[in-house]
Amino acid sequence: MGGLTVPLEHVLLLASLLFSLGLLGLMLRRNIIFMLMSLEVMLNAAALAFVAAGANWGQADGQIVFLIILSVAAAEVAVGLGLVLQIQRRFKTLDMDRANRLRG
Amino acid sequence: MMEVLFYIASIIALSATGLALSRSNATHALIYLIVSLLAVAVVFFLLGAPFAAALEILIYAGAIMVLFVFVIMMLNLGAEGDARERASLNPRNWILPGIMAALLFVELLFALSHTSDSISGVAVDPKTVGLALFGPYVLAVEIASMLLLAGLVGAYHLGRRFLVREGEDG
Repeated sequence: MGGLTVPLEHVLLLASLLFSLGLLGLMLRRNIIFMLMSLEVMLNAAALAFVAAGANWGQADGQIVFLIILSVAAAEVAVGLGLVLQIQRRFKTLDMDRANRLRG
Repeated sequence: MMEVLFYIASIIALSATGLALSRSNATHALIYLIVSLLAVAVVFFLLGAPFAAALEILIYAGAIMVLFVFVIMMLNLGAEGDARERASLNPRNWILPGIMAALLFVELLFALSHTSDSISGVAVDPKTVGLALFGPYVLAVEIASMLLLAGLVGAYHLGRRFLVREGEDG
């Protein structure tokens, strides 16, 4: 470690490509499991941008924001997957176009 | 050498993410997503953030993806769910989301076009991260713990099997 000299722009380019892919998946898919996966990809891309910025200045702050994003992602997935189970039980489908009413 | 590793890991991350979001089978998509997260962990390691790389593997690729695996196994989507997903992935549906995502990407590119820094690649060791975490950022740790507690309570409430009793529907 310690020999990497890539331009910061390239890492941020990777992060924005990953974010755009996640957004594309979020808009494209109807299955709520795939929507949650796309949200994970987008959160991960944001975390990558933070870590890259922290590495640019050699500070620990980027990794700390990464930790916060990690806990946000964990809490979001736990609640989201609980909701997925409830949706499957009530509507018998995971298709968000068909299960768009909050009252069953 | 490190630069080559970085670009290889980036290409693997991008292609695995693209494959993950275009699969019709949820389990296959999940495995591609794990590959993508591992590639991002390699990028973290190369950027000089070994602690973040370890956490990415342990928590993202480990714990969070295991949650997904369990839920997919509990739901037991089967072949008809597969067929429905494949039907919803026809090329006509790709146009509008593709245009919007591409526009957002172009905007991000435009916003990034003025940075000219270069990453030094000096590793920030876990000790520095820990000292900063429990020094000036201790409030963030508290907030994260409250958030995880809220997530735990919410997931327990939503995941209870008999939340709705037989007589009182809805």
